[in-house]
Amino acid sequence: MTDDPKDGIPQTVPIQSAIFSNAANAEIRRAAATGIYDIRGGGAKRKVPHLDDLLFLGASMSRYPLEGYREKCDTKVTLGTRFAENPIELDIPITIAGMSFGALSGPAKEALGRGATLAGTSTTTGDGGMTEEERVHSHKLVYQYLPSRYGMNPDDLRRADAIEIVVGQGAKPGGGGMLLGQKISDRVAEMRRLPQGIDQRSSCRHPDWTGPDDLEIKILELREITGWRVPIYIKVGGARPYFDTTLAVKAGADVVVMDGMEGGTAATQNVFIEHVGLPLLACIPEAVRALQDMGMHREVQLVVSGGIRSGADVAKALALGADAVSIGTAALIALGDNDPRWETEYNKLGTTAGAYDDWHEGRDPAGITTQDPDLMARLDPVEGGRRLNNYLNVLTLEAQTIARACGKNHVLNLEPEDLCALTMEAAAMAKIPLAGTDWYPGKPDTSY
Amino acid sequence: MKVFDLETEGLRALNAALNEQSVARDHAVWEIVSPKGGHAIAVGLDAPLDVTVRGSTGYYCAGMNKQATVHIAGSAGPGVAENMMSGKVIVDGDASQYAGATGNGGLLVVKGNASSRCGISMKGIDIVVHGNVGHMSAFMAQAGNLVVCGDAGAALGDSLYEARIFVRGTVESLGADCVEKEMRPEHLKILEDLLQRGECDAKPEEFKRYGSARQFYHFNIDNAY
Repeated sequence: MTDDPKDGIPQTVPIQSAIFSNAANAEIRRAAATGIYDIRGGGAKRKVPHLDDLLFLGASMSRYPLEGYREKCDTKVTLGTRFAENPIELDIPITIAGMSFGALSGPAKEALGRGATLAGTSTTTGDGGMTEEERVHSHKLVYQYLPSRYGMNPDDLRRADAIEIVVGQGAKPGGGGMLLGQKISDRVAEMRRLPQGIDQRSSCRHPDWTGPDDLEIKILELREITGWRVPIYIKVGGARPYFDTTLAVKAGADVVVMDGMEGGTAATQNVFIEHVGLPLLACIPEAVRALQDMGMHREVQLVVSGGIRSGADVAKALALGADAVSIGTAALIALGDNDPRWETEYNKLGTTAGAYDDWHEGRDPAGITTQDPDLMARLDPVEGGRRLNNYLNVLTLEAQTIARACGKNHVLNLEPEDLCALTMEAAAMAKIPLAGTDWYPGKPDTSY
Repeated sequence: MKVFDLETEGLRALNAALNEQSVARDHAVWEIVSPKGGHAIAVGLDAPLDVTVRGSTGYYCAGMNKQATVHIAGSAGPGVAENMMSGKVIVDGDASQYAGATGNGGLLVVKGNASSRCGISMKGIDIVVHGNVGHMSAFMAQAGNLVVCGDAGAALGDSLYEARIFVRGTVESLGADCVEKEMRPEHLKILEDLLQRGECDAKPEEFKRYGSARQFYHFNIDNAY
C-alpha cells in the first residue's frame, strides 16, 4: 500500500525507530537469549567528533608555503628528553601502539617490528611480556608495564628502549583486559604463568601502587633498575585529560601517552568501548593545556592515539600540540586485518570485512589476532612488515605535504592557527575557530 | 664486607654499585646503613650478593631481585621484593602492603606481620609470613606458595589461580573462588620445606590449605557479577 490515491486510503509507511534501531533490537534479543554482555575487540564504532571535523587552512597571502617535494620538512622527533639518558629518536612522528603477544600472533608482532624498523620508528609490547620476535625485529621497542605484570622481568626491562606504564587505555578507561581461553596457547600460558586454555583477566589497576604519589616512587624504582637510561612513558585512557596529564607529569613521566576512545582493545565489553571515555579530539587540547600550564609542553612529550588513519590525522594531532601519534588498529589493517580478500570466511563467522571485531575468539581469517597455527601461517611477517612500512611512509608523506602547504619546515611546527573546525562541537573541543569565522565556541570574548 | 652509608652517598650510587656486581663480583657482602625508610633500596640486583639493610626501608626494597639475599634488619614499606625472580629477602620486622607482589620466584620471609594484599598476583614466589597477613592477600595469585603462620584477613585468595595458600590461624573470610582443600602428604612435604627455609618452627600439621575452586576459569553468566 502506498499513498497513491489509486490504492485507496493513504497509509503510514513503516518507520524504523532511530532509538530502537535494528541493531539495538538485535542486541536486546542477543542479551535476552544469552544473559551475558557482548565482548569484542577494536575501539568505539559510534560516530564521535573527530579530527575529520577539522580542516587545515593552508598558506595564502599571509603565509608562504614550502615547495612540495624539494624543500625540507623534517619529521624526526625525540621522545623522553626530560630525565632519560637515552631518549628515543624516531625518524617519523608515528609509533606503533602496544598490542600484546597473545592478542596478536607471533608473526604479527614480528611484522610490526619489521615495518616499524624499516620506517625508523618504535613498536610497543603490550600485555603478556616481550617476545623475541618483537625484540629482534624492533630496533626501538617500548616495554609496557601493566597491571597484570605478565611476563615482567628485569632482564627484559633492561632490554627495552623505553618503559610505558599503562594506567589505562582509551577503549576502556578504568577497565582491565581479557584474553579468552581460545587464545591461551601453551606459549602464551607459559609467558603469563597461567593454566593453558583458561579465560584470563588482566586486572584494571596496578597491584603495588595506588595513585600518583605512589606512582612517583614506582617510577623511581624502575629508573633505578634501568640506571636512568631509558625514558618512562605513562599511558592514560582519555577521560580527564587535563588532570591525568598534570598528574602524570607530577609523577615523573618523560612522555605522556593519551589514548582516545577510538583506540582499540583486544577484547572488552562492547558497552565499555562505546560508552566510557572521550574521543581523541577532546583529549589533545586539554592535555596540551595541562603541559603548557606547567611550562612542560615539548619538555614532556605528548603521544596521542585513537582513530589515527591518515597523514591528515597525523598532521592535525601534531598541529593541536602533540609530539607524535601512535597507531594500532590502522597498523593491523595495513597488515591485512579485515581485508575483503577473506570475505567468504568473514561471512562464515557471521560478519563481513570491515566489521570483523571478534578478535578475542582467535579465529581471525587474516591470521593476525589468533594463536591458531594454521591461521597464523597466513600472515607472512616479511610481507606484512613491507606493507606496514609502506603505510607509515604514506602517512609521513601526507603529513609533510600538509605541513609544507602550511609553510612549516618541520611537522612539529604545525600549530592550532593552521586549523579551523567544521562543526561547533569540534571547534569547542579543539579550541579553534569555526570555519570562516573568528568564533571560538565556548571561549569568552570572541565574535558572535 | 662493603659498608655503604645511604645517607651520605645516596640512592643512585648505591644501586649503581650493587648492580655493577652482576659483572664485577668483587664484593659479595654488603651492609647498608642509614636507610631511614628510603625507597627503592637494593632494587634490580642480579648477583649472588649478601646484602643487609640496617634499619627500616620505604617502598619496593629489593624489587625485582635476582640471586641476591637481602636481609632487612627492620621493617619494610610497601612492595618489598615486588616481582622478585630468585634469591631471598628476609624482613625482620613487619611488611607493609603488597609484600612480594607479582613475584616470579625466590623466597620472601616476613618475621613480623604483613599488611594487605600480601602476595598479590604472585607468579611463583614463595612467601612465609611468621605473623598475620591483611585483607585481600594472594589476590589473583597465579603460582607459588603463601604460608601464613598467624591469621589471614578478609577475602583471602580472591580470584585465585594456581597458587597454594597455607594458613595456621584463622581466616577472616575467603575471597571469591578460594576454597579450603585437603592437605595431602605432598602438601605437608612442600610446607615442611617452606617452613624450614622460612626459619619458622611451626609444624605443617597445624596448617590448613586453601586453593582455587577453578570455577572462574571461564566466563559465564554466573561469574559475571
